[in-house]
Amino acid sequence: MTGDIVQMGAYIGAGLACTGMGGAAVGVGHVVGNFLSGALRNPSAAGGQTATMFIGIAFAEALGIFSFLVALLLMFAV
Amino acid sequence: MATETHSELEDGLVFHPMDQFQVISLVGGDVEWFTITNVTLMMALTVIVIAFIMIFGARGRALVPSRSQSIAELTYGFIYKMVEDVTGKDGVVFFPYVMTLFMFILVANFLGLIPMAFTTTSHIAVTAVMAMAVFLAVTIIGFVKNGFGFLGVFWISSAPLILRPILALIEVISYFVRPVSHSIRLAGNMMAGHAVIKVFAAFAPLVLISTGIGLVVTPLSILAITAIYALEVLVAFIQAYVFAILTCVYLRDALHPHH
Repeated sequence: MTGDIVQMGAYIGAGLACTGMGGAAVGVGHVVGNFLSGALRNPSAAGGQTATMFIGIAFAEALGIFSFLVALLLMFAV
Repeated sequence: MATETHSELEDGLVFHPMDQFQVISLVGGDVEWFTITNVTLMMALTVIVIAFIMIFGARGRALVPSRSQSIAELTYGFIYKMVEDVTGKDGVVFFPYVMTLFMFILVANFLGLIPMAFTTTSHIAVTAVMAMAVFLAVTIIGFVKNGFGFLGVFWISSAPLILRPILALIEVISYFVRPVSHSIRLAGNMMAGHAVIKVFAAFAPLVLISTGIGLVVTPLSILAITAIYALEVLVAFIQAYVFAILTCVYLRDALHPHH
Protein backbone atom coordinates (compact mmCIF):
# COMPACT_ATOMS: atom_id res chain seq x y z
CA MET A 1 0.00 0.00 0.00
CA THR A 2 2.70 2.46 1.04
CA GLY A 3 4.75 1.46 -1.98
CA ASP A 4 1.81 2.17 -4.29
CA ILE A 5 1.36 5.67 -2.86
CA VAL A 6 5.08 6.35 -3.22
CA GLN A 7 4.95 5.11 -6.81
CA MET A 8 1.92 7.29 -7.52
CA GLY A 9 3.63 10.30 -5.96
CA ALA A 10 6.74 9.68 -8.06
CA TYR A 11 4.66 9.58 -11.26
CA ILE A 12 2.75 12.75 -10.34
CA GLY A 13 6.04 14.46 -9.49
CA ALA A 14 7.54 13.37 -12.81
CA GLY A 15 4.57 14.87 -14.60
CA LEU A 16 4.81 18.11 -12.61
CA ALA A 17 8.52 18.34 -13.42
CA CYS A 18 7.54 18.64 -17.08
CA THR A 19 6.19 22.15 -16.40
CA GLY A 20 9.87 23.13 -16.24
CA MET A 21 9.95 22.66 -20.00
CA GLY A 22 7.61 25.64 -20.33
CA GLY A 23 10.06 27.81 -18.44
CA ALA A 24 12.92 26.71 -20.67
CA ALA A 25 10.77 27.40 -23.74
CA VAL A 26 10.02 30.94 -22.53
CA GLY A 27 13.69 31.53 -21.77
CA VAL A 28 15.03 30.26 -25.09
CA GLY A 29 12.31 32.10 -27.00
CA HIS A 30 13.14 35.31 -25.16
CA VAL A 31 16.85 35.01 -25.97
CA VAL A 32 16.35 34.28 -29.66
CA GLY A 33 13.54 36.81 -30.05
CA ASN A 34 15.59 39.61 -28.57
CA PHE A 35 18.60 38.58 -30.62
CA LEU A 36 16.52 38.68 -33.78
CA SER A 37 14.96 42.05 -33.03
CA GLY A 38 18.42 43.45 -32.35
CA ALA A 39 19.89 41.77 -35.41
CA LEU A 40 17.23 43.24 -37.71
CA ARG A 41 18.00 46.73 -36.42
CA ASN A 42 21.72 46.33 -37.02
CA PRO A 43 22.34 43.33 -39.31
CA SER A 44 26.05 44.12 -39.74
CA ALA A 45 26.73 43.54 -36.02
CA ALA A 46 24.60 40.37 -35.82
CA GLY A 47 27.18 37.94 -37.20
CA GLY A 48 29.65 38.54 -34.41
CA GLN A 49 27.04 37.95 -31.70
CA THR A 50 25.73 34.56 -32.85
CA ALA A 51 28.09 32.78 -30.45
CA THR A 52 26.79 34.90 -27.57
CA MET A 53 23.24 33.94 -28.52
CA PHE A 54 24.11 30.26 -28.38
CA ILE A 55 25.72 30.69 -24.96
CA GLY A 56 22.53 32.41 -23.76
CA ILE A 57 20.39 29.61 -25.20
CA ALA A 58 22.59 27.02 -23.48
CA PHE A 59 22.21 28.67 -20.07
CA ALA A 60 18.44 29.09 -20.43
CA GLU A 61 18.05 25.54 -21.67
CA ALA A 62 20.15 23.98 -18.89
CA LEU A 63 17.40 24.63 -16.34
CA GLY A 64 14.82 22.94 -18.55
CA ILE A 65 17.15 19.96 -18.82
CA PHE A 66 17.39 19.91 -15.02
CA SER A 67 13.62 19.47 -14.80
CA PHE A 68 13.90 16.62 -17.30
CA LEU A 69 16.56 15.11 -15.05
CA VAL A 70 14.25 15.40 -12.02
CA ALA A 71 11.52 13.61 -13.97
CA LEU A 72 13.95 10.84 -14.98
CA LEU A 73 15.18 10.43 -11.40
CA LEU A 74 11.60 10.14 -10.17
CA MET A 75 10.73 7.60 -12.85
CA PHE A 76 13.79 5.36 -12.66
CA ALA A 77 15.80 6.09 -9.51
CA VAL A 78 13.27 6.63 -6.70
CA MET B 1 11.03 -0.79 -14.69
CA ALA B 2 12.31 -1.00 -18.22
CA THR B 3 11.76 -4.75 -18.26
CA GLU B 4 8.11 -4.57 -17.14
CA THR B 5 6.78 -3.24 -20.42
CA HIS B 6 8.59 -5.79 -22.59
CA SER B 7 6.31 -7.64 -24.99
CA GLU B 8 3.18 -5.98 -23.64
CA LEU B 9 0.98 -5.09 -26.56
CA GLU B 10 -1.91 -3.65 -24.55
CA ASP B 11 -1.20 0.07 -25.16
CA GLY B 12 0.83 -0.22 -28.36
CA LEU B 13 4.16 0.19 -26.58
CA VAL B 14 5.91 -2.97 -27.74
CA PHE B 15 9.25 -1.70 -26.40
CA HIS B 16 10.24 0.78 -23.76
CA PRO B 17 11.59 4.10 -25.11
CA MET B 18 14.54 3.94 -22.71
CA ASP B 19 15.62 0.44 -23.83
CA GLN B 20 17.91 1.92 -26.48
CA PHE B 21 20.23 3.31 -23.79
CA GLN B 22 21.05 -0.07 -22.27
CA VAL B 23 24.70 -1.02 -22.22
CA ILE B 24 24.92 -4.51 -23.74
CA SER B 25 27.95 -6.77 -23.78
CA LEU B 26 28.92 -7.77 -27.31
CA VAL B 27 30.97 -10.80 -26.31
CA GLY B 28 28.46 -12.38 -23.93
CA GLY B 29 28.56 -12.54 -20.17
CA ASP B 30 28.10 -9.75 -17.66
CA VAL B 31 29.29 -6.21 -18.23
CA GLU B 32 32.60 -5.69 -16.43
CA TRP B 33 34.92 -2.72 -16.77
CA PHE B 34 36.95 -4.52 -19.47
CA THR B 35 33.98 -5.96 -21.42
CA ILE B 36 33.56 -4.87 -25.05
CA THR B 37 30.08 -3.33 -25.12
CA ASN B 38 28.07 -1.39 -27.65
CA VAL B 39 29.45 1.79 -26.01
CA THR B 40 33.01 0.66 -26.69
CA LEU B 41 32.13 -0.21 -30.27
CA MET B 42 30.47 3.15 -30.98
CA MET B 43 33.32 5.09 -29.36
CA ALA B 44 35.88 3.18 -31.42
CA LEU B 45 33.82 3.88 -34.55
CA THR B 46 33.72 7.57 -33.59
CA VAL B 47 37.50 7.73 -33.34
CA ILE B 48 37.93 5.87 -36.64
CA VAL B 49 35.50 8.23 -38.42
CA ILE B 50 37.25 11.32 -37.01
CA ALA B 51 40.66 9.97 -38.03
CA PHE B 52 39.32 9.20 -41.49
CA ILE B 53 37.81 12.69 -41.93
CA MET B 54 40.75 14.64 -40.56
CA ILE B 55 43.77 12.58 -41.71
CA PHE B 56 42.60 11.34 -45.11
CA GLY B 57 40.55 14.46 -45.75
CA ALA B 58 43.41 16.90 -45.19
CA ARG B 59 46.11 14.68 -46.73
CA GLY B 60 45.76 15.95 -50.30
CA ARG B 61 46.53 19.59 -49.49
CA ALA B 62 45.33 20.67 -52.91
CA LEU B 63 45.11 24.40 -53.65
CA VAL B 64 41.54 23.86 -54.81
CA PRO B 65 40.22 21.55 -52.07
CA SER B 66 38.23 18.45 -52.84
CA ARG B 67 34.98 17.78 -51.00
CA SER B 68 36.56 15.72 -48.22
CA GLN B 69 39.36 18.27 -47.85
CA SER B 70 36.77 21.05 -47.58
CA ILE B 71 35.01 19.26 -44.71
CA ALA B 72 38.26 18.92 -42.76
CA GLU B 73 39.43 22.47 -43.49
CA LEU B 74 36.10 24.16 -42.81
CA THR B 75 35.67 22.35 -39.49
CA TYR B 76 39.21 23.27 -38.48
CA GLY B 77 38.75 26.91 -39.47
CA PHE B 78 35.33 27.15 -37.81
CA ILE B 79 36.58 25.91 -34.43
CA TYR B 80 39.84 27.88 -34.67
CA LYS B 81 37.91 31.11 -35.25
CA MET B 82 35.51 30.29 -32.39
CA VAL B 83 38.38 29.69 -29.93
CA GLU B 84 40.12 32.87 -31.07
CA ASP B 85 36.95 34.99 -30.81
CA VAL B 86 35.79 33.73 -27.43
CA THR B 87 39.03 32.99 -25.58
CA GLY B 88 41.30 35.62 -27.13
CA LYS B 89 44.73 35.37 -28.74
CA ASP B 90 46.37 33.75 -25.71
CA GLY B 91 43.68 31.05 -25.57
CA VAL B 92 44.63 29.63 -28.96
CA VAL B 93 47.07 27.21 -27.25
CA PHE B 94 43.98 25.31 -26.04
CA PHE B 95 42.62 24.96 -29.57
CA PRO B 96 43.62 21.25 -29.93
CA TYR B 97 41.68 20.36 -26.79
CA VAL B 98 38.52 22.20 -27.89
CA MET B 99 38.82 20.73 -31.39
CA THR B 100 39.13 17.21 -29.95
CA LEU B 101 36.07 17.68 -27.74
CA PHE B 102 34.02 19.19 -30.56
CA MET B 103 34.89 16.51 -33.11
CA PHE B 104 34.30 13.65 -30.68
CA ILE B 105 30.89 14.95 -29.58
CA LEU B 106 29.81 15.90 -33.10
CA VAL B 107 30.72 12.56 -34.66
CA ALA B 108 29.33 10.59 -31.68
CA ASN B 109 26.03 12.48 -31.97
CA PHE B 110 25.80 11.94 -35.73
CA LEU B 111 26.73 8.24 -35.50
CA GLY B 112 24.07 7.85 -32.81
CA LEU B 113 21.45 9.10 -35.27
CA ILE B 114 22.01 6.09 -37.53
CA PRO B 115 19.05 3.75 -36.89
CA MET B 116 19.85 0.90 -34.46
CA ALA B 117 23.11 2.61 -33.46
CA PHE B 118 23.97 3.54 -29.89
CA THR B 119 24.41 7.17 -28.81
CA THR B 120 27.44 7.27 -26.52
CA THR B 121 26.89 10.93 -25.62
CA SER B 122 23.43 10.12 -24.22
CA HIS B 123 25.06 8.62 -21.13
CA ILE B 124 25.89 10.99 -18.30
CA ALA B 125 28.85 8.75 -17.44
CA VAL B 126 30.43 9.68 -20.78
CA THR B 127 29.64 13.40 -20.76
CA ALA B 128 30.46 13.80 -17.06
CA VAL B 129 34.03 12.64 -17.68
CA MET B 130 34.44 15.27 -20.41
CA ALA B 131 32.81 18.00 -18.31
CA MET B 132 34.86 17.14 -15.20
CA ALA B 133 38.02 17.21 -17.31
CA VAL B 134 37.10 20.70 -18.54
CA PHE B 135 36.25 21.84 -15.00
CA LEU B 136 39.50 20.54 -13.49
CA ALA B 137 41.55 21.89 -16.40
CA VAL B 138 39.97 25.34 -16.07
CA THR B 139 40.53 25.43 -12.30
CA ILE B 140 44.15 24.28 -12.54
CA ILE B 141 44.96 26.60 -15.47
CA GLY B 142 43.32 29.50 -13.63
CA PHE B 143 45.42 29.02 -10.49
CA VAL B 144 48.64 28.34 -12.43
CA LYS B 145 48.27 31.41 -14.67
CA ASN B 146 46.93 33.90 -12.11
CA GLY B 147 47.82 32.48 -8.70
CA PHE B 148 45.26 33.51 -6.11
CA GLY B 149 44.19 36.31 -8.44
CA PHE B 150 41.99 33.63 -10.04
CA LEU B 151 39.61 34.08 -7.10
CA GLY B 152 38.80 37.48 -8.66
CA VAL B 153 36.47 35.55 -10.97
CA PHE B 154 34.05 35.43 -8.02
CA TRP B 155 34.50 39.10 -7.03
CA ILE B 156 32.70 41.22 -9.61
CA SER B 157 34.40 44.61 -9.36
CA SER B 158 31.92 46.33 -11.69
CA ALA B 159 29.00 45.74 -9.31
CA PRO B 160 28.14 48.06 -6.35
CA LEU B 161 30.12 47.23 -3.22
CA ILE B 162 27.07 46.19 -1.16
CA LEU B 163 26.01 43.65 -3.77
CA ARG B 164 29.45 42.08 -4.22
CA PRO B 165 29.33 39.52 -1.34
CA ILE B 166 25.91 38.28 -2.48
CA LEU B 167 27.07 38.09 -6.08
CA ALA B 168 30.24 36.31 -4.94
CA LEU B 169 28.11 33.63 -3.26
CA ILE B 170 26.02 33.20 -6.43
CA GLU B 171 29.19 33.08 -8.54
CA VAL B 172 30.73 30.38 -6.32
CA ILE B 173 27.59 28.25 -6.57
CA SER B 174 27.33 28.70 -10.32
CA TYR B 175 31.03 27.86 -10.67
CA PHE B 176 30.57 24.50 -8.99
CA VAL B 177 27.34 23.72 -10.85
CA ARG B 178 29.25 24.13 -14.15
CA PRO B 179 30.37 20.49 -14.56
CA VAL B 180 26.85 19.30 -13.70
CA SER B 181 25.05 21.54 -16.18
CA HIS B 182 27.80 21.12 -18.78
CA SER B 183 27.45 17.33 -18.80
CA ILE B 184 23.71 17.05 -18.28
CA ARG B 185 22.93 19.53 -21.05
CA LEU B 186 24.53 17.28 -23.64
CA ALA B 187 23.37 13.94 -22.19
CA GLY B 188 19.86 15.23 -21.50
CA ASN B 189 19.40 16.66 -24.98
CA MET B 190 20.60 13.48 -26.65
CA MET B 191 18.59 11.18 -24.37
CA ALA B 192 15.38 13.23 -24.63
CA GLY B 193 15.52 13.49 -28.42
CA HIS B 194 16.17 9.81 -28.97
CA ALA B 195 13.51 8.82 -26.42
CA VAL B 196 10.92 10.99 -28.22
CA ILE B 197 11.75 9.29 -31.53
CA LYS B 198 11.27 5.89 -29.87
CA VAL B 199 7.96 6.95 -28.29
CA PHE B 200 6.59 7.84 -31.72
CA ALA B 201 8.14 4.68 -33.16
CA ALA B 202 6.14 2.70 -30.61
CA PHE B 203 2.91 4.33 -31.82
CA ALA B 204 3.67 3.57 -35.48
CA PRO B 205 2.76 -0.17 -35.51
CA LEU B 206 -0.62 0.62 -33.93
CA VAL B 207 -2.30 -0.10 -37.29
CA LEU B 208 -1.41 -3.76 -36.84
CA ILE B 209 -3.15 -3.95 -33.48
CA SER B 210 -6.36 -1.97 -33.85
CA THR B 211 -7.09 -0.93 -37.42
CA GLY B 212 -9.61 1.81 -36.67
CA ILE B 213 -7.46 4.26 -34.77
CA GLY B 214 -4.26 3.00 -36.36
CA LEU B 215 -5.12 4.41 -39.78
CA VAL B 216 -4.90 7.91 -38.30
CA VAL B 217 -2.13 7.41 -35.75
CA THR B 218 0.35 5.51 -37.93
CA PRO B 219 0.85 8.13 -40.71
CA LEU B 220 0.93 10.91 -38.10
CA SER B 221 3.57 9.19 -35.98
CA ILE B 222 5.75 8.34 -39.00
CA LEU B 223 5.54 12.01 -40.03
CA ALA B 224 6.45 13.01 -36.48
CA ILE B 225 9.47 10.68 -36.48
CA THR B 226 10.69 12.29 -39.72
CA ALA B 227 10.26 15.81 -38.33
CA ILE B 228 11.91 15.04 -35.00
CA TYR B 229 14.76 13.23 -36.75
CA ALA B 230 15.42 16.40 -38.78
CA LEU B 231 15.37 18.41 -35.55
CA GLU B 232 17.75 15.90 -33.95
CA VAL B 233 20.28 16.37 -36.78
CA LEU B 234 20.23 20.08 -35.95
CA VAL B 235 20.44 19.42 -32.19
CA ALA B 236 23.36 17.01 -32.68
CA PHE B 237 25.40 19.81 -34.23
CA ILE B 238 24.21 22.59 -31.89
CA GLN B 239 24.95 20.61 -28.73
CA ALA B 240 28.49 19.81 -29.90
CA TYR B 241 28.93 23.50 -30.72
CA VAL B 242 27.50 24.59 -27.35
CA PHE B 243 29.76 22.16 -25.45
CA ALA B 244 32.81 23.48 -27.29
CA ILE B 245 31.87 27.15 -26.92
CA LEU B 246 31.15 26.78 -23.20
CA THR B 247 34.58 25.18 -22.82
CA CYS B 248 35.99 28.31 -24.47
CA VAL B 249 33.97 30.58 -22.15
CA TYR B 250 35.26 28.73 -19.09
CA LEU B 251 38.83 28.89 -20.43
CA ARG B 252 38.44 32.66 -20.92
CA ASP B 253 37.48 32.93 -17.24
CA ALA B 254 40.62 31.01 -16.32
CA LEU B 255 42.87 33.22 -18.47
CA HIS B 256 41.26 36.60 -17.69
CA PRO B 257 39.53 36.25 -14.29
CA HIS B 258 38.84 39.98 -13.84
CA HIS B 259 35.78 41.05 -15.69
